[in-house]
Amino acid sequence: MTKGIVKGIIANLVMVEVDGPVSQNEICYIDHKGVKLMAEVIKILGKIAYTQVFESTRGLTVGTPVEFTEHMLEVKLGPGMLSKNYDGLQDDLNKMDGLFLIRGEYTDPLDDDKVWRFTPLAKVGDVLTGGDWLGEVPESWIAHKIMVPFVMEEQYTVKSIAALGDYTIQDIIAVITDKDGNEFKLNMIQRWPVKLPVRAYKQKPRPFRVMETGVRTIDTLNPIAEGGTGFIPGPFGCGKTVLQHSISKNADADLIIVAACGERANEVVELFVEFPELDDPRTGRKLMERTIIICNTSNMPVAAREASVYTAMSIAEYYRTMGLKVLLLADSTSRWAQALREMSNRMEELPGPDGFPMDLPAIVSNFYARAGFVYLNNDQTGSITFIGTVSPAGGNLKEPVTESTKKAARCFYALSQQRADSKRYPAVDPMDSYSKYLEYEEVQEYLNKNVSPNWVSTVIRAKDILLRGKESYDQINILGDDGVPLSYHDKFWKSELIDRVILQQDGFDPVDQSTPMKRQRYMLELIMSICDAEFAFETFEEVMPYYVQLINICRQMNYAEFDSPDFAKYEANLQQTVAERKVK
Amino acid sequence: MATQAFQKIYTKLNQVTKATCSVSATGIGNEELATVSGRLAQVVKIMNDSVTLQIFAGTEGIGTDAEIIFFGKPPTLKVSEHLAGRFFDAYGDPIDGGPKVEGEEVEIGGPSVNPVRRKQPSELIATGIAGIDLNNTLVTGQKIPFFADPDQPFNQVMAMVALRAKADKIILGGMGLSNDDYLFFKHAFENAGVMDRIIAFVNTTENPPVERLLVPNMALTAAEYFAVEKNEKVLVLLTDMTLYCDALSIVSNRMDQIPSKDSMPGSLYSELAKLYEKAVQFPDGGSITIIAVTTLSGGDITHAIPDNTGYITEGQLYLRRDTDISKVIVDPFRSLSRLKQLVIGKKSRADHPQVMNTAIRLYADAANAKTKMENGFDLSDYDERVLKFATDYSMEILAIDVNIDIDKMLDTTWDLFKKYFTKAEVGIKDEFMKIHWVE
Repeated sequence: MTKGIVKGIIANLVMVEVDGPVSQNEICYIDHKGVKLMAEVIKILGKIAYTQVFESTRGLTVGTPVEFTEHMLEVKLGPGMLSKNYDGLQDDLNKMDGLFLIRGEYTDPLDDDKVWRFTPLAKVGDVLTGGDWLGEVPESWIAHKIMVPFVMEEQYTVKSIAALGDYTIQDIIAVITDKDGNEFKLNMIQRWPVKLPVRAYKQKPRPFRVMETGVRTIDTLNPIAEGGTGFIPGPFGCGKTVLQHSISKNADADLIIVAACGERANEVVELFVEFPELDDPRTGRKLMERTIIICNTSNMPVAAREASVYTAMSIAEYYRTMGLKVLLLADSTSRWAQALREMSNRMEELPGPDGFPMDLPAIVSNFYARAGFVYLNNDQTGSITFIGTVSPAGGNLKEPVTESTKKAARCFYALSQQRADSKRYPAVDPMDSYSKYLEYEEVQEYLNKNVSPNWVSTVIRAKDILLRGKESYDQINILGDDGVPLSYHDKFWKSELIDRVILQQDGFDPVDQSTPMKRQRYMLELIMSICDAEFAFETFEEVMPYYVQLINICRQMNYAEFDSPDFAKYEANLQQTVAERKVK
Repeated sequence: MATQAFQKIYTKLNQVTKATCSVSATGIGNEELATVSGRLAQVVKIMNDSVTLQIFAGTEGIGTDAEIIFFGKPPTLKVSEHLAGRFFDAYGDPIDGGPKVEGEEVEIGGPSVNPVRRKQPSELIATGIAGIDLNNTLVTGQKIPFFADPDQPFNQVMAMVALRAKADKIILGGMGLSNDDYLFFKHAFENAGVMDRIIAFVNTTENPPVERLLVPNMALTAAEYFAVEKNEKVLVLLTDMTLYCDALSIVSNRMDQIPSKDSMPGSLYSELAKLYEKAVQFPDGGSITIIAVTTLSGGDITHAIPDNTGYITEGQLYLRRDTDISKVIVDPFRSLSRLKQLVIGKKSRADHPQVMNTAIRLYADAANAKTKMENGFDLSDYDERVLKFATDYSMEILAIDVNIDIDKMLDTTWDLFKKYFTKAEVGIKDEFMKIHWVE
């Protein structure tokens, strides 16, 4: 085991002189007066290892002994992670004593005593490799697969497997042998280095299915694919976190992992308080039962902030290999980038734009690439859909983190200050935002088959109307209400109709907060039928009141249960109002 | 400070810059305190046997033979009940002529609260200012800054908020306060007869700028004592955080760190978050609420300081001079309290959210009507009425010198609705109309 002694300290960067081999990203423990402080090697220069400490370094002195562990930062994986609240290093926060976080206190992410009902899936003689299923245990409502550890990449033969019965995670549930006859005894626990992607799958095709989020401006206009990536940049106060929360509440996923990365503690408390109360419409259980929260709030040590997104991704990959649909949300990836900047700065590396490290775009795109839809070795499918938020400095979308993310993510949901100021929520800008998936033939085919035959062209037409409406509005502003043809007013108000009925959504209303695809289809086709109609107006002054009337009726429809008598009543009212002025 | 036995004393400096010095020393802990020629300093970097210290009072006149005494501990504050009613400097030493405070010695800038041990903030803080209570309600455990231009009366408003809020302790952290403002706070607290609830840590413009770095942590450490040990509701006032950030950039500059946006250190977000996140609601009833001031240059909120602050705090308040009534108001458009949703309509009357939104919508209509008027267009009857409404609303509700409780604010707003508008124009839910719209 390599040992070392502390030679220098700058904030949480600690230089250690080592007496043997060390590797990049190796974990070591600094023994500060009996308290072990975890640190990660981030640079090696001769005999000096530069380490970032995951804790405060207050009081640390030169000469302190350090022990290296010969492994990288790892997550401990096994049944019992659902509903847990972890910090960035996967310590179970609920197991910690006291009001305050204690330096050097690390807690077990899993529970050794808990008994699980194990059902074997593999048979003696089966040939398996890392990620293949040995058996399953029920974890909440998920059939949690116990797998051959991902690190075992060779072919192994099952020598024995435990019978149906109750076991703890420490009990041996299988013995497998490699081709040389070496035996490996496996329990339900495995470890994985978080910085490396799990590759225990057969194939990663282009995503082709759409992941419903219940948020109309996303699902209808710019859908995200299952296994896809998206990001939400926006200045403060535009509703990034509210939008992410609302996606997490309603998304069509088996499992939600929320990485609260360097954000406000009170926002995490909101998740702690709300999720155990909220009903999950898919399972009828509480939302918390399909959620794992990784939280490193902004006041927690900065190096652990960087680790938190990797911890969350590794846990997501673990559950994906069980054949589950995982939704991973990270709020906010800018804080992670800032953590990288702080360290790069302390190591006196030559800076890139705005002081960020030069390899920021590479780091960001490597991370986004870990999401995706996969065919597992047994031909089952699993997916990680990843949505990150970005907090651009000064609301400027040209800053390095936004630019780097834009290159990596396929969906872009731009939150606009202007929309937020005029209380048009969610403040996703319909012009600037895009979904590359809408251009995928596979996705178009899926939508046209599963939503409605001409769905994609209808959506594109709706986008055109929005764009034309904006152009007309600009003209009206320049030339005045009576300086433009009547049709400009009509065009503008048709775009307002789509904006206010389809795009805007009340995240706090029990009905409106989540719209199933079937209903989204119904509403969009209804609104488009109005947009396609021609109406008779004498003067421009008639246009606004008429459309406002239509909009108000449609919003009442949005608030009513789908297919309810109220819904039908408002719709009849709408058709009647449309008929009043419709020419063709 | 007097020397004690076993303290390490060195007398050979290798390097002196405007804010830091280096000395060869061994066995020194990171962030440890020391004195250099009697001036307080803190260890910021250790490389082998070279220790770099930042000298809070500046390095003017420091010689290479200066005497350096290490204390073997980071900055601390002695906390006890006796802090109440006292004024201290950035080091926690009394400046009011009183005796030193005895008590338990606590390291400042201590650990963070475990997020799962926090409670969701749910108690409304009433200030009597409608721009806050009605439109941007404050909640215990919240952190919120005033984004103000230097010429605005932010310190006066903050003192008013502090005195009206029903807090058990009010802790002032003054950074780069002008001596006049310091005396203003002192007199305001004395005149209000609340000295027993006040604690102040003050660094004035007469003191060295780097000292400011200690002030917020001193104030927040005292706050944690009262909130955790005594379960008290503590209100912390930090003014002016922009000057705190400037001090951070001075030190990082002297340490040859690469600056990021607007010459601020790359760690600005983390540094600010460490302070603001001390705002907390504890399960046993104690709480720390932070109201800060961030002065802007030319109203620019995209500058790194207000920008990073905005991402950390739970909303922001803007002051504005309303020229129609010649009084200062809390700007109803740009101000935001993110936590108000947790209390309005729940801890206040049920019609609060609707009345608030409707009044702001009408106030916005008035702003549009005003633009129309200024551009020489004809005003409609509705325009005339919203303009009159807006003037009354500013005068009777928003003006900062109005001091009424929330129920009264709501009733007054209802009266104005009835005076100028029809039921349809107001458009509030029927259940509230029935109760409050009495002809």
